[in-house]
Amino acid sequence: MTALAEAGAILPSRGGIVGALSDLFWRRPKLLVFLMVLPALLWLGIVYVGSLFALLLQSFFYIDDFSGLIVHEFSLRTYAELFRAQNLDIIIRTVSMAAVVTVASAIVAFPVAYWAARYARGPWKAVFYLGIMLPLWASYLVKVYAWKLILAKEGILNWLFEQLHITFLLDWWLSLPLIGGNSLSISYTGTFLVFLYVWMPYMILPIQAAIERVPTNLLDASADLGATPRQTFWKVIFPLALPGIIAGSIFTFSLTLGDYIIPQIVGNSQFFIGQAVYSHQGTAGNIPLAAAFTVVPIVIMVLYLWGAKRAGAFDAL
Amino acid sequence: MRSSEPRAPLGLAFAATAGLLFMLLPLALIFLYAFSTEERTYQWPPPGLTLKWFAVTWGRVDVWQALTLSVQVASISTLLALILGTLCAAAVSGTKFFGRETISLLVILPIALPGIITGISLRSAFNLMEIPFSFWTIILGHATFCIVVVYNNAVARFRRLHGSMVEAAMDLGANSFQTFRHVILPNLGTALLAGGMLAFALSFDEVIVTTFTAGQQQTLPIWMLEELVRPRQRPVTNVVAMVVVVVTFLPILAAFYLSRGGEQTVSGMGK
Repeated sequence: MTALAEAGAILPSRGGIVGALSDLFWRRPKLLVFLMVLPALLWLGIVYVGSLFALLLQSFFYIDDFSGLIVHEFSLRTYAELFRAQNLDIIIRTVSMAAVVTVASAIVAFPVAYWAARYARGPWKAVFYLGIMLPLWASYLVKVYAWKLILAKEGILNWLFEQLHITFLLDWWLSLPLIGGNSLSISYTGTFLVFLYVWMPYMILPIQAAIERVPTNLLDASADLGATPRQTFWKVIFPLALPGIIAGSIFTFSLTLGDYIIPQIVGNSQFFIGQAVYSHQGTAGNIPLAAAFTVVPIVIMVLYLWGAKRAGAFDAL
Repeated sequence: MRSSEPRAPLGLAFAATAGLLFMLLPLALIFLYAFSTEERTYQWPPPGLTLKWFAVTWGRVDVWQALTLSVQVASISTLLALILGTLCAAAVSGTKFFGRETISLLVILPIALPGIITGISLRSAFNLMEIPFSFWTIILGHATFCIVVVYNNAVARFRRLHGSMVEAAMDLGANSFQTFRHVILPNLGTALLAGGMLAFALSFDEVIVTTFTAGQQQTLPIWMLEELVRPRQRPVTNVVAMVVVVVTFLPILAAFYLSRGGEQTVSGMGK
């Protein structure tokens, strides 16, 4: 105490390197912030953004038709390739699948989210929370595997149809063009079901968050003013939940666009964008075309995000 | 208070229950199939139940190698993500500086863009720089998208940590490092534990980026993918699938109990 008192208001500087550093950080907080940001910034800047730019750059190169080598000159030739009928088909197929999956998951997710947000109390709250979280975090491949078990010819779904004596319904469905096929596990219907299952939690969570934020007194006011529960739902709750649905649709849409494993395991042999990217960079060795294909989902998602932002969806994330 | 305890319409109750069953039944099925005696097909209902395949899986060298590699990769990636993510969160939440928004965007980007884009850009960058694929290229990819999980958890906790506590510690004579060790770290503890476990689960399960950044090495998800594309011994795959589900559930349950304080930790994260 006496030593401190003698030193007056200003403390003597701490000895040693640790003390000196400590004093330096206290006098120059900006330096500390800089040093703290630096490792992550270097890592993400070099490893991630660097590779991303390298990839985008390569989409402007092209493959020489005769030699099969990559020509390192600026050209839009590879992008023109994307508009060839077979590649355009892949893009249309993927985007349509993403759209159908998004709409269907919104329809299935809404009641679950609505119940979880407004009616689940006490232990049910935990049941719903874990019921959404466990499938969200369960291994992606295991979820796909589970559906391979379900959709198999000798699997539980066919067995169920048989037990209920409605196999003819399934046969009729599979005989339909486009969505049908030889069996569920090699049809678009199968691919769709797996996509729906795997991305469902990403749709439920934002909708639930949006509905939870609707104040109860708004609903009371609506009822006091003479609205029936149905009217309250469509005029008050639904419009306020809409940003949540749009936020969820960002996930389901983007994840379906980029996936290449599900259509490879459950579905017919028609390519999706992800598979096209994978095969072009792999065996075909056509990195420029693979890179150009990855630009497609990026562009679509940027447009989608821009539209979602205008609809106020980001407040619901 | 009539409206705070509303009764649900029957149709809604039905749709919500059906939705929840749709989410949970496929996972329950995985548990059942692990005990099936059927070897060649995915036959339902299982002709019989047995524990035999657990013993067979236990003796499989390739499964153990894949599991060991996955645990090593996930541990190192989590450690890297913990260091980078926490430092970045400390900087971003403590002060306002130029480029702050850009940094949060940069951290989130690897998980916002589809995994295939992260994967292929890393792969082509490794090819350009002639880096051979190895254990470390897998980690390079995994740590990149694990940072965001730790970052999100740490930022949420830093927001609740009052700056006055740090100032008090320093007024009482602690230097920066002592303050970090005795004041900041104990407060961050559970958030880092939750974030770390989620990063571990994310890395342990990751397949899309790994297919691009791995050479000959097989992580457990890569092993699983091989089995899905070209099934060799289905009962073993069934058992591995069940074990993977259990292994990923434990950290989720633990994170759920640790973070009941109210912040969102597990939700809203993509893969």
